[in-house]
Amino acid sequence: MARDLLLDIKDLYVHFHVFGGTLKVLDGVNFAVYSGEKVGLVGETGCGKTTTMKAVLRVLPMPPARIPGGEIYFKGRDILKMSEGELGRVRGEGISMVFQDPTAALNPVFTIGQQLGAAVKYSGAGDKRLSGKEIHRRAVAALKEVALPDAERLLKNYPFQLSGGMRQRVCIAMALAGSRELIIADEPGTSLDVSIQDQILRLLRNLVEEMNTSIILITHTLGVVRELADRVYVMYAGNMVEVAPTEELFSEPLHPYTVGLMKAVPKLTGGGIAKGIPGRIPDYLNPPSGCRFHPRCDRAMEICRQEEPRFYGVSDDHDVACFLYRQEEKGS
Amino acid sequence: MTTDLVTVTHLKKHFIVGHSGILKRQPITVKAVDGVSFVVREGETFGLVGESGSGKSTVAYTIVGMYQPTEGDIAFQGQSLFQGGRKRSAAGKKEIQIVFQDPGSSLNPRRTVKQIVELPLRIHRSDGDLSSRVIELLEMVELTPDYMHKYPQMLGGGEKQMVAIARALATNPSFIILDEPTSALDVSIQAKIINLLIRLQEEFHLSYLFITHDLSLMRNVASRVAIMYLGKICELAEAAEFFRNPYHPYTQMLLSSIPVVSAEEEELKPKKITSRGEIPSPVDVPSGCSFHPRCPESMDVCSRVDPVMVEVEKGHMVRCHLFRNGQGDS
Repeated sequence: MARDLLLDIKDLYVHFHVFGGTLKVLDGVNFAVYSGEKVGLVGETGCGKTTTMKAVLRVLPMPPARIPGGEIYFKGRDILKMSEGELGRVRGEGISMVFQDPTAALNPVFTIGQQLGAAVKYSGAGDKRLSGKEIHRRAVAALKEVALPDAERLLKNYPFQLSGGMRQRVCIAMALAGSRELIIADEPGTSLDVSIQDQILRLLRNLVEEMNTSIILITHTLGVVRELADRVYVMYAGNMVEVAPTEELFSEPLHPYTVGLMKAVPKLTGGGIAKGIPGRIPDYLNPPSGCRFHPRCDRAMEICRQEEPRFYGVSDDHDVACFLYRQEEKGS
Repeated sequence: MTTDLVTVTHLKKHFIVGHSGILKRQPITVKAVDGVSFVVREGETFGLVGESGSGKSTVAYTIVGMYQPTEGDIAFQGQSLFQGGRKRSAAGKKEIQIVFQDPGSSLNPRRTVKQIVELPLRIHRSDGDLSSRVIELLEMVELTPDYMHKYPQMLGGGEKQMVAIARALATNPSFIILDEPTSALDVSIQAKIINLLIRLQEEFHLSYLFITHDLSLMRNVASRVAIMYLGKICELAEAAEFFRNPYHPYTQMLLSSIPVVSAEEEELKPKKITSRGEIPSPVDVPSGCSFHPRCPESMDVCSRVDPVMVEVEKGHMVRCHLFRNGQGDS
């Protein structure tokens, strides 16, 4: 399998300057997406998943945010060093995002047709201007693509006339308008009911497979990534703690945090619920020294308090940021 | 045989949301709860599942007395809660408490934890030293006494929910309604809260009405489960039976939609049904069986006649035309 690197985040730091100090939110994040790949990013509230993705699209509010270090390569070009013009092209044709709450993502005072039309107009068309007719034709096609019936009428509707599931489909249609290379889906089903979430996930999977688009699926629900992703990153308090092919991660989680998280998920097979992970996510003003997970870790050692672990490879695709697995250190 | 603690009989709660017609005299009603009957037994956790808009929270709010039922009755320990339209006595209110979904909005941001937990004690005129009782309650929910002087915004989501639980425990209730108590929390925190609730249930012999949309969670906490769709119960069974042998097409659809984390769980999911369609607006409920437009096994009769509840197996009730009394399989 040819593996072309599409997105490569290297040692990314993001700090927020607030009253009272500096929030060290991202603490050296490494993250990669190959073309055509479906990557999951799991972590609990406040671990930095969305901050990472906002940094990729350069939509972090600066200030208060600052990026003191790191590179974000999209097709070999560093997004952080791009001019506004280049960046616009990446946002228009390269990367697009589906947000968690479709109600907030759509503007309530414009019709679906106007909003979807704008997305079509600025994406994938290169420099040539599209005619109104062509925009309309493509918008109708985009709605059909996401299995929305009666597209002509929908284009005249306002967001409030649509149900939550339909709004999310519209957002996906906007994200997929034109030909995108990478879709970032930030909790695309979380605000929806399970039966609707299931439909949205199936739709996303079919579309990205059909178009050979890469997707980053951000979620706090482990089950959701298992349904969709090829490879999964687990994030904790601003660090990637583990990355593995989906099946391997679920059958053999290694990082104590991943293990605890897996245990805490209620199982359909019953058998009660494990104790959970003691403590809570650290304060970003004064994050713990060494490994940020050590105060909550039941296997913490002396070194965990002093040094920050790097990714240690346990197999080809399986890396763990934990000193327990250091013996098989990778050359890189 | 365990005794029945709460008996809900043919409960209906309709809301008038507007008027139609030339003279605006025709009320538009939302049938949030439309003929729901179930029993919560002493010491058990009765689970009520359903998607948004199914009416599960309305059932809960009617039991605690926030709403008057449109029709039907709720009895607590054999006594009707809505007899003669009189207000509930303080002693009656003491027995039934509720923990809400979002602890961020159910705790007053301007009050300290002490004031929050103290309020029910003051209202119900509990004797003795309030401070020591508050400390005792905080310890019950595994919080240290120094939390007393904190404000809700200084606490994490899990800790806020613990305070809400302490407040519910303050009146020594025998029945607590848990309305999605963990759906705003992360899984690692959820596990902690659930374990706490289970421990408290054993310690104080509490009965729970546990409301959630998370079927996997339900499997692990409930002894019996009922599933609601558009104001009506579709299926009701013992938890183990409910998940091993779901009969109603809606139950099967929901189960097949759950994202799971292991192959063993995948085995349990019904294969033949995939989710389609969306929940219709409760203002405009489909005729006959309200699930028929989404149902893969919909027949002619389904769009005309609303099915009645039948007992397919002992203790396993289903409301679907595919099933008859005492008939085990489809």
